Amino acid sequence: MDTVLGINPVALFGQLLVGLINGSFYALLSLGLAIIFGLLRIINFAQGALYMIGAFLAWIGLEWLGVGYWWSLLIVPPLVGLLGVLIERFLIRPIAHEDHLYSLLLTFGVALVLQGVFSHIFGSSGKPYSIPESLQGVMNLGFMYLPIYRGWIIVISLLVCFGTWWAIEKTKLGAYLRAGTENARLLQAFGINVPLMVTLTFGFGVALAGLAGVLAAPIYSVSPDMGANILIVVFAIVVIGGMGSIGGAIITGIAMGVIEGLTKYFYPEASNTIIFMVMVIVLLIKPAGLFGKEI
Amino acid sequence: MEFIKSNKLNIALIALALVIPFAIYPVFLMKVLCFGLFAAAFNLMLGFVGMLSFGHAAFLATGGYVTGYLVSNAGLTPELGILCGTLASAVLGYLFGSLSVKREGIYFAMVTLALSQLLFFFFLQAPFTEGENGLQGIPRGHLFGMIDLSSNLTMYYFVLAVFLLGFWLINRTVHSPFGQVLKAVRENEPRAISLGYNVRKYKLMAFVLSAALSGLAGSTKALVFQLESLTDAHWHMSGEVVLMTLVGGMGTIFGPLVGAAVVVGIENFFSGGELGTYIHIIMGLIFIVCVLAFRSGIVGEFNKFVKNNF
Repeated sequence: MDTVLGINPVALFGQLLVGLINGSFYALLSLGLAIIFGLLRIINFAQGALYMIGAFLAWIGLEWLGVGYWWSLLIVPPLVGLLGVLIERFLIRPIAHEDHLYSLLLTFGVALVLQGVFSHIFGSSGKPYSIPESLQGVMNLGFMYLPIYRGWIIVISLLVCFGTWWAIEKTKLGAYLRAGTENARLLQAFGINVPLMVTLTFGFGVALAGLAGVLAAPIYSVSPDMGANILIVVFAIVVIGGMGSIGGAIITGIAMGVIEGLTKYFYPEASNTIIFMVMVIVLLIKPAGLFGKEI
Repeated sequence: MEFIKSNKLNIALIALALVIPFAIYPVFLMKVLCFGLFAAAFNLMLGFVGMLSFGHAAFLATGGYVTGYLVSNAGLTPELGILCGTLASAVLGYLFGSLSVKREGIYFAMVTLALSQLLFFFFLQAPFTEGENGLQGIPRGHLFGMIDLSSNLTMYYFVLAVFLLGFWLINRTVHSPFGQVLKAVRENEPRAISLGYNVRKYKLMAFVLSAALSGLAGSTKALVFQLESLTDAHWHMSGEVVLMTLVGGMGTIFGPLVGAAVVVGIENFFSGGELGTYIHIIMGLIFIVCVLAFRSGIVGEFNKFVKNNF
């Protein structure tokens, strides 16, 4: 293959594509974390486990119940969201008035239990999930071949991220949400059912993780620890971007995916750690994070 | 209450610690002491300054790897090996601390978790850690070049001495003027700042001290088991030390030791045999129950009980 200035364009674009896909998952997960953080002031440690459950539900649907990919895409995120609603209502709410560190520890415990249950039932080896027929094949973009399913992930993630951003920034419901982020008690005084809003927000944030799980099932192998590994990276991304803005969470997520992809091409040894190193640099230069408002 | 505050309790406990290896398997006891010291070091930050670190595995593993490597390859005596491991963890604590004390609360937890994951990948790829196999067959050696530590009973008394030293240091710190400032930061940080304390500096000092003592625990543990592996650097380990502290009682002196005994005991009970896969579920459930209904932990509840009834 031809190289330009010592760079192999096919390999480079290939890694960029992988980076964009990882970035899409980072964006979906950090968006969910940011939405939950806005209202509840906690970081949901179970976000990774719920992403894993999203992938497993899609796999169970296909292997055990014959439910195809498209139905999974529709059904699984609400199911995961419902699980989130139950977690919020029965576990997090009773201790919401305590120090937020307790809620954080609680979600960590929930993550351990969920991950433990799935590895007990399914073992720790990865499960394959085939790409739906309608999304198989590749598209010739002229400079590279794009597997259609990978393009689909990027498109759907961007649509969902943008739709969520629009709903929060531009609609009446989003205005309530933003008001609740600023001052929940005052909003309640205006007659809004804030506890219900908190529960539904948690459910929605978690459903985004479920959606990411279904999208991930065909390209990553479905395994119980898939969530924990990605979640720590997402935490670093949240620190880099800061949780002040919804748009910031999305942009940082995608940008970090791309940076990771580029690192895989230029210096593969550092591809596992590059995002953590970026976090260190950001902490040195702008401790509040790129889009952060505090301090 | 008088009894608990007096020295009699401490003397009784030390006497118990001296005879207990004749009743209970010393290796188990050494494991409890190492993790007890680790949890007590962690508690110095969580319980007394209110900083939740989710990356303390980094310091345990650094102490273990540095000690293990130097004792195996440079022929250091155990006490020098442990000293080097502890110093390495202190230096790492200074680096991590300088970065992470810039952020608070939840961000602090995420920064420490991410930094320790960075270190995990470093240990995974660095040649001197032997990757997935870990350092095996680390010699226990001769203490000060004289006392042979290969017998478990001798090793136990050495570990007990290390533990008591670390524990004493933590106790002294908590009850010193420095410790009082730390508690002030925990209770009301803006007020501590307005009183003129450089809060970040105090937090950093607590961080370094906690990291060094965690390193001490890790170094000692590496010699006890003659093994240092990636398990110690994994985020599970960071979660486990949080659990030990929570179960035993945050912000209490003896809580972390009691918590370590409970958690290590449960792990020993479940490890091996077909119950092994339940271990994470059990740990998670204990986490949930503790947070929902049992936030003071065993020692915290006990103190409350004593206070109300005597």
